[in-house]
Amino acid sequence: MRTVIVGAGEVGTSIAKNLSSDHDVVVIDIDEDRAEQLKYDLDVMTLTGDGTTLTTLRSAEIESADLFIASTDNDRTNLVACETAKTMADPFTIARTKRVEYLRTWELTEKAFSVDFMVCSDLLTAENIVRVVGLPSAIDVDPFSGGLVQMAEFEINETSPVAGQTIAEADRFDALTFAGLFRNDKLVLAKGTTRIEAGDRAVVIGSPESVQAFASDIAPEATPDEADEVVIIGGSEIGYQTARLLEERSLSPRIIEQDPDRARYLAEELPDTLVMEHDATDTDFLARENIDEADVVVAALESDERNLLVSVLAKRLGTDRVVAVVDIGEYVTLFEEIGIDVAINPRQVMAEEITRFTRGGVAENIALLENNQAEVLELKLSDTSELIDRPIKDVAADLGANVVFGAITRNGELIAPRGDTELYTGDHIVVFSEASFVEELTTMA
Amino acid sequence: MVRIRVDWRTSLDLTGRVLLYLAVPLVVPLVVALWYGEPLAPFLVAIAASLLLGGGFRALPGDPSSLGPREAFLAVAVIWLLVAAVGAIPFVVASTGTIAHPINAMFESMSGLTTTGATTLQDFSIHDRSVLMWRQLIQWLGGLGILILATAILSELGVGGAQLMESESQTRNVNKLTPRISETARLIWGLYLGLTALAVAVYYGLNLAGLAPNMGPYNAFAHAFTSVATAGFSPEPSSVGAFAPVVQWAVVPFMIAGSTSFVLMYFAIHGDPMRLLTSEEFHFYIGTIAFFSAVVAASLVFDSTTQFSTEATVRHAVFNVASIVTTTGYASTDFTLWSAAAKHMLFVCMFLGGMVGSTTCSIKSLRWLVALKAFKRNLFTSVHPNAIRPVRLSGRSVDEATIRDIYAYLLLSIVIFFLFTILIIVDSARIGTNVSEFEAMGAAASTFLNIGPAFGAAGPFGTYDGFSTTTKTAMILLMWVGRIEIIPVLVLFTAAFWKS
Repeated sequence: MRTVIVGAGEVGTSIAKNLSSDHDVVVIDIDEDRAEQLKYDLDVMTLTGDGTTLTTLRSAEIESADLFIASTDNDRTNLVACETAKTMADPFTIARTKRVEYLRTWELTEKAFSVDFMVCSDLLTAENIVRVVGLPSAIDVDPFSGGLVQMAEFEINETSPVAGQTIAEADRFDALTFAGLFRNDKLVLAKGTTRIEAGDRAVVIGSPESVQAFASDIAPEATPDEADEVVIIGGSEIGYQTARLLEERSLSPRIIEQDPDRARYLAEELPDTLVMEHDATDTDFLARENIDEADVVVAALESDERNLLVSVLAKRLGTDRVVAVVDIGEYVTLFEEIGIDVAINPRQVMAEEITRFTRGGVAENIALLENNQAEVLELKLSDTSELIDRPIKDVAADLGANVVFGAITRNGELIAPRGDTELYTGDHIVVFSEASFVEELTTMA
Repeated sequence: MVRIRVDWRTSLDLTGRVLLYLAVPLVVPLVVALWYGEPLAPFLVAIAASLLLGGGFRALPGDPSSLGPREAFLAVAVIWLLVAAVGAIPFVVASTGTIAHPINAMFESMSGLTTTGATTLQDFSIHDRSVLMWRQLIQWLGGLGILILATAILSELGVGGAQLMESESQTRNVNKLTPRISETARLIWGLYLGLTALAVAVYYGLNLAGLAPNMGPYNAFAHAFTSVATAGFSPEPSSVGAFAPVVQWAVVPFMIAGSTSFVLMYFAIHGDPMRLLTSEEFHFYIGTIAFFSAVVAASLVFDSTTQFSTEATVRHAVFNVASIVTTTGYASTDFTLWSAAAKHMLFVCMFLGGMVGSTTCSIKSLRWLVALKAFKRNLFTSVHPNAIRPVRLSGRSVDEATIRDIYAYLLLSIVIFFLFTILIIVDSARIGTNVSEFEAMGAAASTFLNIGPAFGAAGPFGTYDGFSTTTKTAMILLMWVGRIEIIPVLVLFTAAFWKS
């Protein structure tokens, strides 16, 4: 595979590093020094130039590229770069954006701006934060279909109410499917009559809301609910998206934002969030608003220094859990060393997502479970697919293997699969499958 | 010399156009007079006056230019005043009964145009049917705002209408149906016409079905005109109380529809009922009618002086509360005779009003709802001084400037009401009539907020004739000020309006 990456910043470098072992990677950067430096650090080819121009892309031999990744810090540069690359040749284009607006536009057709896959860093970071905040009991959580679907793996402990129940009894959530069960590291078929035992690991697929509801059901202590207080410090785009996603999971967070106009905007956009307009580094204010009693504090201010400060303040006041957004990758370990529970670096999250995606191959998105015994994968059904226009129960019977249809998304909406649901061309399906059967499944899609 | 910055010539040109068009509806009572063989002079004189005055304004020297906000304010105020003046001419020319007196005639006409429904008539039987029909029709014209009618027609002639719409409804919550104001006005006008036609059909249908012997075509039209317009005049001295209970029940939905946002009703008819059904203002509006109906019904049950059957108790409570809240002003029975509890509840209802974007008057449910929510927000922010809490209405936040406007409007309304009450008490004492404080408060609220009936002598089956000429003149002015939402008139009395 030949891959062209525009932008040799943290994200671009990280992707290049991950891909360089089995891809021929060309990295383009406008800064000569940075391009030069990268050449010595990694086994990749580097070019200096503007990745949105014809000449530069021509010298990168875009015509023979299979994959084109635009990962600069500038949204519009990335979009124009993809558009240019698509005009000149036909690589698979991946664009990194910061603004959620562009993602929403792209989602309308999934090919807008000539982008084949778009990753939005602010939203992705927020999703990560929400996962850390909302599902602390999950062993593994992965988003599918642009966040509409979530796969989560939970360990069922003895105190959990579902321990001892059959799957049919435990399966009382709308839009949630029990995909599989691991017992003593072995895959167990998830039939309605299968009894869930303590120590099992359950894999569920469904809407983020239903996964959240399931988590509060099996681990009521660890999972935050309406009564738990989540305080987000800083109304940045990440802070805003975090609050929005928490609201979707029926939590009522608080946001502290210093800028009056931004605070007003947040308050208007987030009906269930309490927005406070104040300097979050004022300890008197933090004490007055009982930040010490908050269950989780998320530091999402624009600068790392201030995030460090408020994180330390929150810890000193006695907050249980502090999650901080750290813009500079090197500081992540520093944050965690001084006692911040989780430090999340948007660029790292971004690079991981793009790498995960490029590894997927035919499947749009995959998650490996329990030493590759099983996989959860997202497939887009073509019009020649063998799976379409038939009820799911017939399809499943024909397949004759341990395949569970976890979720279907059609025109951007989630459909919980039932036995008589039919699949159509263009549907995205999220499937749980035995690892040995994955290849056969992908050829059928 | 001070330069006047308002292009009054433009305002008067528009006023002239409206007055010219006023000649058209004046033909209706003329036809009624021909039908019943009554004198034609009252309407011929009025038609001549509207044509002459309208033509005269248009023929003034100078060129009218485009309509700005100032010109729109001036035009709104002048149009309402002059249309009422022309509308009073038939009463004076007919020279029958109390309304032959110019002040009483102007009172009657202004009460009609502002859809108030307060009357100075003493003896209904001596008046011509055509004159009484004109009284009904002028309410129908005033109903949706003679201005919207005018914009629908006039904007086609290239006269700017958007600015007028803005000053007619200060609350700015009128969602436009189409980008073009003339198109919006036409759709709303069509809905108004349709509702009126439906009301005629229902009322006359009850007559044909033998359920309402005295609801002939004349009464069906007369009441359809004033129920959809939430206006309240009736050619019957005992208002809707003159008709069978089934008619009273039939009138209630039309009063309520007349006070419901026409924009939302338009959407509801055209396949999007959720916009109306999820509107918080609609919930609040229907909720107030239901709540006060229940309270009034309870106070009727516990009052030993009123002896109604169960059906009659519910009917009188619902009918009269709906009539007052929607600012119609019909009555199904003389509620002046009710217990203090029931009467005072109706008095409170006077201040409520229906939804914005309807024919209703008074303070309107949207203002109360926003004010209550803003007050609740203030309680919250007194505990959390740093919290930012937008006031939300149907999920959308209301901007702070609008909230301030609404607070100011409420305060202004209450202050004017209070001063006006004092004026009525003092003036009545001067001429030696016996008006109690409560009756004065009722009359002040009822005229200023464009309801119609009050309590005591000015009750639903009574008349405002007993008030002094001074009081009646003040009432004429305040009906005018109240109907066009106070600001367009008050602004004319500021220096800043006239100077740069």
